[in-house]
Amino acid sequence: MLRLKVNGEERQLEGVDESTPLLWVLRDELGLVGTKFGCGISQCGACTVLVDGDPVRSCSYPAVSATGEITTIEGLTPASGELTPVQQAWVDLDVAQCGYCQSGQIMAAEGLLRRNPKPSDAEIDEAMAGNICRCGTYLRIRQAVKTAAKSA
Amino acid sequence: MTLNYQGIHDTFAAVNDARGIPSALHIAKLGRRQFMKLTGLVGGGLMLAFSLPRATAKGGPLQPNGYVRIDREGILLYAKNPEIGQGVKTSLPMILAEELDAAWRDVQVLQAPIDQAAYGTQFAGGSLSIPMNWMSLRQAGATARAMLLGAAAARWGVPAAELATEDSHVLHKASGRKLAYTELAAEAAAMPVPKADSLKLKERSQFRLLGKRITGVDNDALVRGEPLFGIDQTLPGMKIATYTKCPAIGGKVKSANLEAIKKLPGVHDAFVFEGNGDAMELLPGVAIVADNTWAAIRAKRALEVTWDESGAATDSWSAAAASAEELREQPGERVVDQGDVDAAFEGAAERVQASYRYHFVSHAQLEPMNCTARYADGAVELWAPTQTPGFSRRNIANTLGIDAAKVTVHQTRCGGGFGRRLYNDFMCEAAAIAKRAGVPVKLQWTREDDMCCDLFRAGGFHHVSGAVDGDGKVSAWRDRFVTFTNDGKRPVNGGLSARVFPAGLVPNVRYEQTALDWKTRCAAWRAPGSNVYGFVVQSFLHELAAAAGRDHLEVLLEVLGEPRWFKEGDAQALHTGRAAAVVKLAAQKAGWGRDMPPGRALGLAFYFSHGGHIAEVADVSVDAAKKVKVHKVTVAADVGQIVNLSGAENQIQGSVVDGLSTMMGLSVTFENGRAEQTNFDHYPMLRMASTPEVEAHFIDSDFMPTGLGEPALPPLAPAVCNAIFAATGQRIRTMPISEEGYSVA
Repeated sequence: MLRLKVNGEERQLEGVDESTPLLWVLRDELGLVGTKFGCGISQCGACTVLVDGDPVRSCSYPAVSATGEITTIEGLTPASGELTPVQQAWVDLDVAQCGYCQSGQIMAAEGLLRRNPKPSDAEIDEAMAGNICRCGTYLRIRQAVKTAAKSA
Repeated sequence: MTLNYQGIHDTFAAVNDARGIPSALHIAKLGRRQFMKLTGLVGGGLMLAFSLPRATAKGGPLQPNGYVRIDREGILLYAKNPEIGQGVKTSLPMILAEELDAAWRDVQVLQAPIDQAAYGTQFAGGSLSIPMNWMSLRQAGATARAMLLGAAAARWGVPAAELATEDSHVLHKASGRKLAYTELAAEAAAMPVPKADSLKLKERSQFRLLGKRITGVDNDALVRGEPLFGIDQTLPGMKIATYTKCPAIGGKVKSANLEAIKKLPGVHDAFVFEGNGDAMELLPGVAIVADNTWAAIRAKRALEVTWDESGAATDSWSAAAASAEELREQPGERVVDQGDVDAAFEGAAERVQASYRYHFVSHAQLEPMNCTARYADGAVELWAPTQTPGFSRRNIANTLGIDAAKVTVHQTRCGGGFGRRLYNDFMCEAAAIAKRAGVPVKLQWTREDDMCCDLFRAGGFHHVSGAVDGDGKVSAWRDRFVTFTNDGKRPVNGGLSARVFPAGLVPNVRYEQTALDWKTRCAAWRAPGSNVYGFVVQSFLHELAAAAGRDHLEVLLEVLGEPRWFKEGDAQALHTGRAAAVVKLAAQKAGWGRDMPPGRALGLAFYFSHGGHIAEVADVSVDAAKKVKVHKVTVAADVGQIVNLSGAENQIQGSVVDGLSTMMGLSVTFENGRAEQTNFDHYPMLRMASTPEVEAHFIDSDFMPTGLGEPALPPLAPAVCNAIFAATGQRIRTMPISEEGYSVA
């Protein structure tokens, strides 16, 4: 029996192989497909989620190790449906091109701002270094993190 | 203004012609009238049969074509082409909304179904979505607007000429009356559909929406993690499949441990396909069908296949490089010969010779290839992140041996394209696996599958020579190009032609080429041809300027010469005046000629592709350890009118980053027919900290808008290399430049 706390809910899953990375439990078992598969070797960051507030690469993170509070992109918005400052900045600045990496980028940004609400440019670059944007939207991502930091 | 796409996307057309895929070129050649007929916009106004997500209001909806549907509930606009990050799900409906005179906030955008009768060809490639659909979308919007005006005129008993429209309403200013489109839709639906030539389109000065910054229509759903992409699709009872092919293309399955694989936990089935003989459809391989993705990936890792490689690729980069070196002094096939090249070299004051080379690269679109398929009763239905949903049906029908009418394709948002998704091998695999397994499947490629079985941007070698005459002018240019061929005939990227710079601009030009046999699949990659020729020719022009002891900017403008159409009457061709204008603008905005600190300099490059005239100036510093810091790239672009300013700026920024990422450190090398890089740990794409500031300037022009997905990429690499030369005196002739010891600061 795999027990996880995902987006504030206790989940119990039967029959999940214990080698399963968190990514595939989220996507296949829980239907939380906002978290993306990119490389499978924690190089691209598309699979980034928060565990106890810290960004982790869920493609290489065994689900059985995720004993803390897991937050995925679907768990950011409260029931009211209102976007977080990070999500809102992403929309307002029209950050995305294809958009595939952006849930991982947003989760990395959320993780950063939760522990460092007013990051410098260098701190943003460092915190976002694990996330590839193949379309090259880095300038807007950086700006969106700064905008979110200001409005939070 | 005539439309001629030949100059824009010869390569895409050539590649697809070779595959039997109806190309963009074919559609473009139909001409406007036939194209309008294809899209159902001429005359009768096709009433479409496809199912729509909203309930039909009584007496409605107004739906004069496949693009616009208005009822009491609201205004729906359909985006016809795949969204791959180029922004067309937003920009194409903006064109509709402009002529419809709908307020953007009132509009809901949906992805259109695949219906070539209603929409003409539906694809994303060649930066063609905007130019190919500009006029038809304007007319589609104007058609609905004219019918709404007619309905209001009838209801109020006033001449339509007294009416105006604004923000999704019809107004009668004389009486102060006003009605929403939604209220008029039912009556408008009964109005005759106006003929295309009777429509009055807006003047550019009347545009309210086009040229503004509009955020992408999917952005709200994207930031909430909603299931928009191919990989997010699910079907009841769906299994997950993997498909393992020989890492050397052409290898066949001799044997595999299928029985052991079938016993693994979560595995539903495992079987071999021989392939259907078409490398763009179904290659030989082993399918594994499992209950979930992890079970499928684990089983794939346990899979042991003995490949029969008797007919497989043995491609070798080192052997190709050796062949290219041997061909330095051997003339190849002469594909362009203008003026008297030999005489110009003989009479030259300066002669320069250089050899350039660039490696193969992968598309590395971030969403690994995947496709969800359901086969039942001789018909197949697929959900796929593809750039060519329209063309894909033929490949799938061919693979399954069924009629194309039995193939239904749903387009999803695509996690990047860059040309990879023009080819639908992954869809053919999914269809074949779903049929054989007897259950709905999602085929999921791993990143290793993706990099092993990409259709690569080909590497190449250019032995170039140039002459400068006694006046310091570039008088002759010879390019001896060594490229690759998959079919023994045609170069994989189309090859050099009279449209490649500086043919037609320098008085004496000769292009020769030799194509080496290469079995590994190669195909279009963002700005095909241009993405590598730009590096070679715009770097070498700078070499000639330096040899003549002249300013690069001055020489570039001199080569462009007097303002003229490169091909008279072709608005999609190079115009030397538009070219010179962007070169001057980029130079001026970047402060060309200003003093720079030691180790830091500006570099300039221009390239024309896909109808776009783009100049870029890179501000670069290099340290003693060859660490390269690109501080800023100033871009000047003339792509005609701007549709969505936010999208346009985003494409410029992205092209600069993609160009820099690729030229700095990306390559796929081959030995024994195998790609040596299999995942991102050996394919170091640029990250945020190395991203330069990008300043984009657009020439304000009345020209028809052209696409921006590609043309801003080719000038980047030569601009950076020219800056490195200016800063250090070191000329770089290899991409990626990491091959010459450079790295990203």
